Amino acid sequence: MAIAPLTVAVPLLAAGALTAVAPWVNRPIAEVVALGAALAATALSIALLVQAGDGLDIYWFGGWTPRHGIALGVSFAVDSFGAGLAALVAALMVAALIVMWRYRDTDAPHFQVLMLVFLSGMLGFCLSGDLFDMFVFFELMSVAAFALAGFKVEEEAVEGSLNFAVTNTIGSFLILTGIALVYGRTGALNLAQVGGALVGGPSDGLVVVAFALLACGFLVKAAVVPFHFWLADAYAVAPTPVCLLFAGAMSELGVYAVGRLWFDAFAPALGSHADALRAVLIVAGSLTAVVGAVMCFAQDHVKRLLAFATIAYVGLFLIGLGLLTPVGLAGAAIYIVSDGLGKAGLFASVGIVQHRLRHVSEARLRGLGRDLPFTGLLFLAGALSFASLPPFGTFLGKSLIEDGLSSAGYEWVVPILVLTSVLTSAAVLRVAAGAFLGWGTAVPRRVSALDESGSEEDAPRGRTPPSMYLPALAMILGALAVGTIPGIAESVQGAAARFADGHGYAAAVLNGTTPARPGTLPYSTAGHAYAYAAVTGLGAVAMAALALFGNRGRGSAGARLADLGERALAPLRAVHSGRVGDYVAWLVSGVAALGGALALALHPI
Amino acid sequence: MTFLPYAVSAWLFLVGLFGVVRSRNLIHLVVCLSVVQASTYVLLLAVGYRHGGAAPIFADVPLGSRTVDPVVATLTLTDVVVEATVVALLLALAVQAHKRFGTLDPDQLGAMRG
Amino acid sequence: MTRRGRMVLFGFGAVGLAALMAWGLAGLPSFGDFDGAYGTLLSKIAVPERQASSVVAAVTFDYRGLDTLGEEFILFAAAVGVLVLLRIQRGEEDIPAEPQHSRLPTGRSLTLRSVATALVGPVVLLGLYIVSHGHLTPGGGFQGGLVLAAGLLLAYLSGAHLRLGRARPVSAMELSEAAGAAGFALIGLGGLVFAGVFLENFLPTGTFRSLISGGTIPLANVAVGAEVMGATLLILAELLDQHLLTHGRHRR
Repeated sequence: MAIAPLTVAVPLLAAGALTAVAPWVNRPIAEVVALGAALAATALSIALLVQAGDGLDIYWFGGWTPRHGIALGVSFAVDSFGAGLAALVAALMVAALIVMWRYRDTDAPHFQVLMLVFLSGMLGFCLSGDLFDMFVFFELMSVAAFALAGFKVEEEAVEGSLNFAVTNTIGSFLILTGIALVYGRTGALNLAQVGGALVGGPSDGLVVVAFALLACGFLVKAAVVPFHFWLADAYAVAPTPVCLLFAGAMSELGVYAVGRLWFDAFAPALGSHADALRAVLIVAGSLTAVVGAVMCFAQDHVKRLLAFATIAYVGLFLIGLGLLTPVGLAGAAIYIVSDGLGKAGLFASVGIVQHRLRHVSEARLRGLGRDLPFTGLLFLAGALSFASLPPFGTFLGKSLIEDGLSSAGYEWVVPILVLTSVLTSAAVLRVAAGAFLGWGTAVPRRVSALDESGSEEDAPRGRTPPSMYLPALAMILGALAVGTIPGIAESVQGAAARFADGHGYAAAVLNGTTPARPGTLPYSTAGHAYAYAAVTGLGAVAMAALALFGNRGRGSAGARLADLGERALAPLRAVHSGRVGDYVAWLVSGVAALGGALALALHPI
Repeated sequence: MTFLPYAVSAWLFLVGLFGVVRSRNLIHLVVCLSVVQASTYVLLLAVGYRHGGAAPIFADVPLGSRTVDPVVATLTLTDVVVEATVVALLLALAVQAHKRFGTLDPDQLGAMRG
Repeated sequence: MTRRGRMVLFGFGAVGLAALMAWGLAGLPSFGDFDGAYGTLLSKIAVPERQASSVVAAVTFDYRGLDTLGEEFILFAAAVGVLVLLRIQRGEEDIPAEPQHSRLPTGRSLTLRSVATALVGPVVLLGLYIVSHGHLTPGGGFQGGLVLAAGLLLAYLSGAHLRLGRARPVSAMELSEAAGAAGFALIGLGGLVFAGVFLENFLPTGTFRSLISGGTIPLANVAVGAEVMGATLLILAELLDQHLLTHGRHRR
């Protein structure tokens, strides 16, 4: 049962040890130690996942078990969602460390130390059952992330990292204010205890505003619109192994936190307003998905393109979470895992492109990649994963969410899901076809000023080292494999029912009773899910073809359409100005709007 | 007096954010962020205060007497350390920005458009 | 977006946020009337169970020790982060070491140097006192660590040329910081090994109000003190290095 603390403690100890011997340790040793710690963390998280099964494992630190229903110490409350997310994070860290094997300048062992601390922060965040403890691990993860994003100091990574740091710090202030409000009312910090205490009192302005502020703070990290501006800037400048982690592991943690907070701390008191909350979350998610997808399609810089795709998918995760039913939650969970692996694989492939072709700007890459068929296939597989085609795991996740939306009466959101997949997949197809096949006669609409003309890797230019393509391949195959595991939809729905069971959670944490096994419903993908997938696939190919061949010549219909699109898009592009003052202004307005909507939904005046 | 500390905290939060949005100098921006931090300290400590309560240090205060809440003191201590470290990182970024771009004006750094 | 547009947007947002915060804060118990069960219970049981007279220290290092472990590592990560962000790039000049005989003291003023020299001893002693008595009186590892760092900075100001630069002292600070951070984690692990639960207080709790009390709490204080001192000096050294680098001089 001591697995849970070791999962977090092992990377931290390794980080401390590496720094203590820093002047005497050389780079291979640092890499081996870091990789060993990450592998250990992965093994431990998988053990936690297996052990948690359908129930909830509680670990009280310092041996302080609750007395008279008051939690004295800090607890880790591990269910399969938390453990599963932890396992995904740790596995992606292993992949990132392998990709980093040949990285040119890691200032060893400091880069590895920061990665290990980043890992611990994320793992502790997934496993924690205490509100303030979640905040501490959230900050641990964020501080390491700020430093990692700004790592490439010689290439103007400063601005991206600055935007990242300022906006996320304001998010953490929102979280702290929410914690102070909760503590002022309930005198408790443990999630289960808070849930019980809030039921006893009035559900007035304080409770809903606390939830609104906490949710907004976590959604800043998740990059939901309009808190999303920092993400594209940070991804554009961070080193590739770090981007891999940001996209696959860090971006969904904010959505997970909102879910955890709602079900375990606030739903017992506010559950009667769940329908209104559903509406707000689904609208916010849809807006994020559309903005992300449109901006993704309009990008030239490939890393920014994938960053906006990440934002779009966070919108879809939020829609899945917002359904507040086991079907929606299960869909979101499967989507998070398979899409996380797919995106990470794509980022690793971009790393290969950057190493071999020395560019990340789509316009400059045209035709350069004809000697890299294998990397082209990786890109194609990533695009298929984005399009949620069977048998990728994204197909299963999306069809679960679509089913949830139909049964909740939100059928109008399904076209938004399709549109998001179409645009993001088409963008990747367009890049792949242009770079690896040399297709495309379109005059570039917009060439990014920000390009990276040097390689990050310390390897001969003519070859891709195995440390780069093996992780990419493994992750894309993982995205594929998730969808093929038999019975996965049923078992994840069971886990989702556990995640959504606030009362069972409280009983397990405070009284030590084992929660009842949730029943699992059999699931088979409906026929129309395949129809949606077919539409998405065809749509993606059509959009990509349009983008590549559509606007040859100035006067053609395609060119006029592109002009119209560009003009319509101009205000949206202008808003993404790169200036931190603008981002903070949007953040404040976003908190007022989204926070106000959340508060009013849960407490109608 | 009953809600004044909370009002002060809210004011600090908003005024700090105003400073961040309007700022023309990165160092000024970081200091404005620390003003927003201060609002969280004030709020946490104000929440835990008890009239007539002594500090929860029983070195010379008799056991069993009324004290202020010790948990918020711990929370604030953690908060102070965490935010101070973020300020350190931001200042390091500001130094690098000055080196690379020759300016400390956040509006002039822009390579990230679109 | 123009600055004007930005301020208008912020204005609307700030009004909304202020309304939201006012609505939320209005629900708090009025100032001074807080009655949280958690805090009251801890005040009652911390002394009998842990013999630590400072309940705040007991909460920080024992009851909520995991938060402190995380917080310690945040400081650690920030110091390493500053090291990484301000590292010397290829092509930038390195600061060559000055030959011993031509070093000028950092502070020009005789008053500054004398006062600083006189204060180093007392301040370091004060810092050590605060760190070691954290479980008995207000203070502890975090506060004491900062005072220790201040004491060593006074040594630098007094002209003792600690060479806060690319040489040995940086390694010493990194070592101090890492040892403190790893030390706390090891104390937690010790709890796991000797008492079965991570971060459990496994040392005998001693007698109330004496120096040996509180079990692992004084040890944790020392670990944190070392870490905070190391991290603070490291961050300051890096920032100072940048100043020296950009001004191209090795004297103030």
